[in-house]
Order: sequence, then structure tokens, then C-alpha cells
Amino acid sequence: MTALTNAQRARQRLAEQKAQVSEARIAALAPAPQAGWSAEARADALSRLRAEGLPHPRDEYWKYTRPESLTQAEAPAAAIFTTDEKGIFDAIDRVNVVFVDGVFSEELSSDLALEGVSIERLAETTSDIHWASGLYGKLEKAGQDPVARPLAALNTYAATDGLLIRVTAKATKPVALQYVHNSETSDAMLHHVVKLEEGADLTLLENGPAAARFNKVMEVDVADGASFHHIRAQGRDHERRAVTHIFARLGTESTFKSFTMTVNGVLTRNEVVVEFTGNDAVAHVAGAAVGDGDFHHDDTVFITHDAVNCESRQVFKKVLKNGARGVFQGKILVKPDAQKTDGYQISQSLLLDDDSQFLAKPELEIYADDVACSHGSTSGAIDDDAMFYLRSRGVPEHEAQDLLVIAFLASAMEEIEDETLRDIMLGRITEWLERRRG
Amino acid sequence: MLEIKNLHVKLEEEDKQILKGVNLTVEPGKVHAIMGPNGSGKSTLSYVLSGKDGYEVTEGEATLGGVSLLDMEAEERAAAGLFLAFQYPVEIPGVGNMTFLRTAVNAQRKARGEEEMSAADFLKAVREKAKFLKIDGDMMKRSVNVGFSGGEKKRNEILQMAMLEPKMCILDETDSGLDVDAMKLVSEGVNQLRSPDRGFLVITHYQRLLDHIKPDVVHIMANGRIVKTGGPELALEVENNGYADILAEVE
Ligand SMILES: Nc1ncnc2c1ncn2[C@@H]1O[C@H](COP(=O)(O)OP(=O)(O)O)[C@@H](O)[C@H]1O
Ligand SMILES: [Mg+2]
Repeated sequence: MTALTNAQRARQRLAEQKAQVSEARIAALAPAPQAGWSAEARADALSRLRAEGLPHPRDEYWKYTRPESLTQAEAPAAAIFTTDEKGIFDAIDRVNVVFVDGVFSEELSSDLALEGVSIERLAETTSDIHWASGLYGKLEKAGQDPVARPLAALNTYAATDGLLIRVTAKATKPVALQYVHNSETSDAMLHHVVKLEEGADLTLLENGPAAARFNKVMEVDVADGASFHHIRAQGRDHERRAVTHIFARLGTESTFKSFTMTVNGVLTRNEVVVEFTGNDAVAHVAGAAVGDGDFHHDDTVFITHDAVNCESRQVFKKVLKNGARGVFQGKILVKPDAQKTDGYQISQSLLLDDDSQFLAKPELEIYADDVACSHGSTSGAIDDDAMFYLRSRGVPEHEAQDLLVIAFLASAMEEIEDETLRDIMLGRITEWLERRRG
Repeated sequence: MLEIKNLHVKLEEEDKQILKGVNLTVEPGKVHAIMGPNGSGKSTLSYVLSGKDGYEVTEGEATLGGVSLLDMEAEERAAAGLFLAFQYPVEIPGVGNMTFLRTAVNAQRKARGEEEMSAADFLKAVREKAKFLKIDGDMMKRSVNVGFSGGEKKRNEILQMAMLEPKMCILDETDSGLDVDAMKLVSEGVNQLRSPDRGFLVITHYQRLLDHIKPDVVHIMANGRIVKTGGPELALEVENNGYADILAEVE
């Protein structure tokens, strides 16, 4: 028997620890369906999960965000935040689908019929054949390379429900997913599959805190010439935790736009993985996050250009105070044949005090020669000169600060194309600022 | 109106005395000019009066209409009627020029216990004043001073002054960076605001501006003090001979 080196021993120990955590997590789950169209994908995900192990603090990809509370067997409890505030999308004419702590509520949901859109529930489609079998766990699996995303594999394996949405035309109104948090210990896992056929168009809205701990995957296949718009508001509950993944595959001349607003939440990790497979497509991924105190928000984005003349754009802004932490890991990978790629990435944080922190890892990896890619990352305080200028015109300090915060977020908010939705989002951020006036 | 008595100011962060006993009184309806070499403390005086952080008043006082300015926040001084046209107007990306102006007007009204200006009245007033200063609609829609030329920034300062209707206006090198036409435009904007109950303190390097905005009194500032005060002819003397003679004379 040859003696192990220290490094080998350390690696082995790490692998053992990861296996232990993973097995404990798997054991705590309700068993996944052994039959039906998703069984194979679930079994495949389980074996991938076992091979990789759940994230560990020593993993490079989890350097800035501690994964323990997301990987441990039991969900840490989260107090339910009560407010008489109306649902953020209540004023929008929409098909509303409600999940309470991850459980579909027929009573609270509207009728799922919508012209050109078929909406089914994952938990209810148990036949052996389904269109979603070509996507479920497939885009997620493709998105595991070159960086592993074990929490997404866990989700593919164990998701208890979710929506299977197939869009064949331009939807006449948005589909809204509303996630209600009602139990202090709920641990929810939902998996959605959205398939936009050629030329189809859908706006998907999501909002709400969902559960004490929420693990959500959404796989989106945007066929040639189709458009997908995604607007999300993550709930205000201070103690909730969430890890979400979006895996999107874009066809020729397709459009994918995703915007997320996050207000509060003790821990959020939003991963977005986009792959361009057809030429002349566009993907915008943007977010505005505001956090105060015990708030950790992580945006992790990976965009792969594997087609000609595609445009990707990432715009992420965070406002952090009282020790809140922001993380951004964003990568643009341009493959050798992805000529005429236009890739843009900006991540910025406004730190309202010295205790708050922004950690960023922007990356470009480019193998094609005819591309225009740029990235930038900054963190800074409120500009004193701008502050004095505003005050010298009579604007009180707190009002001046709010104006400057909103101004800072503006370029992210502008990524919301729909003006009504943008105003709704801005209104919520303004209210957040007003609540925090000392 | 504005009364400055024996004002001594040092930098907060370092032991550097910048103003060393400034005395100055501007009466309502009058235009006072301050001239002086670079670094003599002119901008510092304007900043200290308007409440910028980073300075410490070690001695003396400054009052506006009998009320002490130095204990007030910057926004309170503005509401009390003080206005500074900045030497270097600040760019504020993301804050629309129109929004900014409206917020400022209404904040001051609120501070004084007055009613807010209606959207219609506000728009009407802005349009009229902007037109006079040749500020187009596009400039009002853009972010405050972002992408403005030097002249546009200065005209924007005068527009703010016109909308806020202050009692006491301080103009810090409003002429710098302006061509002849822009200078005329800005001066006309200022002259329109001259009134028996409004005072002006015009800081400038050049006689040029004072050809357009006729001062009643001219002060020469050097090394943190007003070293000489006279009539409009003092500005001409500076224009012809520079500061050397005057400084030698007061030494
Ligand atoms: N914040 C500051 N930090 C360091 N030095 C300063 C600061 N403000 C003013 N000064 C110094 O004070 C003096 C007066 O400056 P300033 O008031 O700008 O003069 P002026 O406007 O007459 O040209 C100069 O020597 C300048 O360098
Ligand atoms: Mg100066």
C-alpha cells in the first residue's frame, strides 16, 4: 500500500465530507417517483449528484457564499413575514398559479387555460410519454459543464412539483407564479420547464418568498424566433433562504430577458446559465437587490456563446447597508466559432456604510477573434459631491440619498422593458427606502 | 442681507488655515464682486457659506437676514434663501434634470411651510425660463449635467437659480469656460433676476463678466482675506495691471 500525500488525504477527506452531507440530504427527502416520464432523468440526476456531492465551503464556486444552510438535511426555520401589502403583480391581468410552501393551491390559483399556452403540473403528469422529457433535467445537465451545480441536480432528482409550460403562440397575458410562505419550517423544491415553440412569446412573472428554504430550477427552451420575458420579485421575508437556477437554451433570432428584484431574505443565490445555440439571438440578465443587515445575495451567471452574432448583457446592481453582503460571479464564455459576439457585463454595488461588502468575480473567456466583450465591476459609497449638490439646492439629506440610490439602480431597472412592471418594481424599492429612513 | 464677520476657516482634515478673517456685507439689491488670484480662498468662502462638509469655522460668523448660517444644514441654508452657482457643477447620472429641479423647488417650499408647486405651474415656469436660457427639452430630460458642455452646465445653474428664487446668490466663476455668446446669455439670465430685495456675490477672475453684470462693489481677495474694496473701477485696474500692484500696495 502506498502512502497518501497530504494533498491526496485532504481531497479524500473533502470528498467524504461532501458525500456525508449529500447522503444526509438525500435521506431526508421524500422518495422521488420511480415511474413515469421523469423517472429516468431523476435517476440520472441522483447519480450525478452522488458523483459530485453537494457544494462545500471549500468549493471555488462557493467561495463567497456559504452553502451549508442550503445543503443541510433540515431547512433552518424562517419566521413568516406578515404584511397587508398587496401582491406585487395583483394589478396585472395574468394567469396566476399559486404555490404555498411549494404545494400547488388550486383554490388560490386561477384557471390555467390560456390561448396558445399549455400549462400542466409536474406532479400530475405521470404518463410514460411527455414533451417535457426532452428538456427536464436535460438543460440542467448541460449546464453542469464546465462548472458543477449540484443543488440543481438535487432539484431535478427530488422536485415535488412545478409547471410544464408549452407556448405555441404569442401569449395574450403573462403567466404568474406566486410563491406563498406559510410555514416556518417549509422546505420547498419546484422544477419548471418552459418550452417556447418557434415564434412564440411569453412573459413569466414570479414573486414571493416561497418557503423557509426554497430550491427552484427552471429550464427554458427558446426556439427560433421566440421570445421569453421573465420578471421576478423575490419575497420580503427576512429569514427566508433560496437557491434558484435558470437554464436557458436559445435558438436562432430568439430573445431571452430575465430581471430579478430582491428585497431582503437572509440568503439568496440566483444562478442563471444561458447557452446560445442559434445565431443572432439576444439574452439579457439583470437584477436589482437591496439588503439591510442580515442579507446575503449572490448572483451567479454563466453565458456561453456558441453561435454567431449573438448579444448577451448582464446588468446587476446592489444596494447594501448595515453589514449586508453582495456577491456577483459572472462569466462570458465565447467559443471559437462564436464570431461577432457582443458580450457586456456590469456588476455594481452601492455600499451605504463601511460594514457592508461586495465580492465580485467577473470573468471573460474568449476563443473567437471577432468579438466585442466588456465587463466592469465597482463598489462604492454615495458620491459626496452629488450629495452636497442636491442638498445645496434644498433637498433634505434622506431624500437626496434616496434619489441617488434610485439613480444608482436606474440602469438595471431600465432592463425591464414593460413600463408598468418597471414602475411597480421601482415603487417597491422606493417603499423599501422609505421604511429605512432613520 | 449677507453679513460675514471675521470668518476664519481651516480644513477639517488637516491643519491648514484657508480663510483668515473675512469681513463682507452684501446689501439687498446690490451686486458685489470678488476677484483674486487662484487659491486665495474664493471657492472655499462660497462652500463654507453654503454648508459643504470638510471645513471648520474656527472664528467669526456669517448671517443671512440676521440668521446665523453656520449652524444650519446645507438644505436649510438653501431654504433660507442662499444659492450657490457652482464653479464645477456636479454630474448626477440617473437623476433626471427635470425631476431634480422639481424635487428641489418643492423641498424648499415644504421647508418654508409653503404649498408645493403644481405640476402645471412648475412646467410652465421651467419652460419659460429654460427658453430664455436656450435650454432645450432634451437637456431637461437628461441626467443632471451629464454630457452637458461647460456652457450648458453653467446655464443649467442659472436655470436652477431662476426657479428657486433665492434671496442671496453666490456665483463662483460662472464665466469660466464660457464663450462670448454664452457669457452674454448667462449674464442676461442673472440680470433678469436682479431685484431690490436680492443680493449677489459674483466671484470672477475677469472684468469681462463684470461688463455684463455691473457690480456695485468690488473686493480683492488674497491669501484668505479681503485686502481691498472699491467700486467698479477696481475691476478695471485688475484687468489692466493684474493683482501684483494691489498686493504690493497692501503688503
Ligand atoms: N478640500 C481641500 N483640500 C485641500 N486643500 C484645499 C481644499 N479646499 C481648498 N484648499 C486649498 O485652499 C486654498 C484656497 O482654495 P480655493 O478656495 O479653491 O481658492 P480659489 O477659489 O480662490 O481659487 C488653496 O490653496 C487650495 O488648495
Ligand atoms: Mg475657485
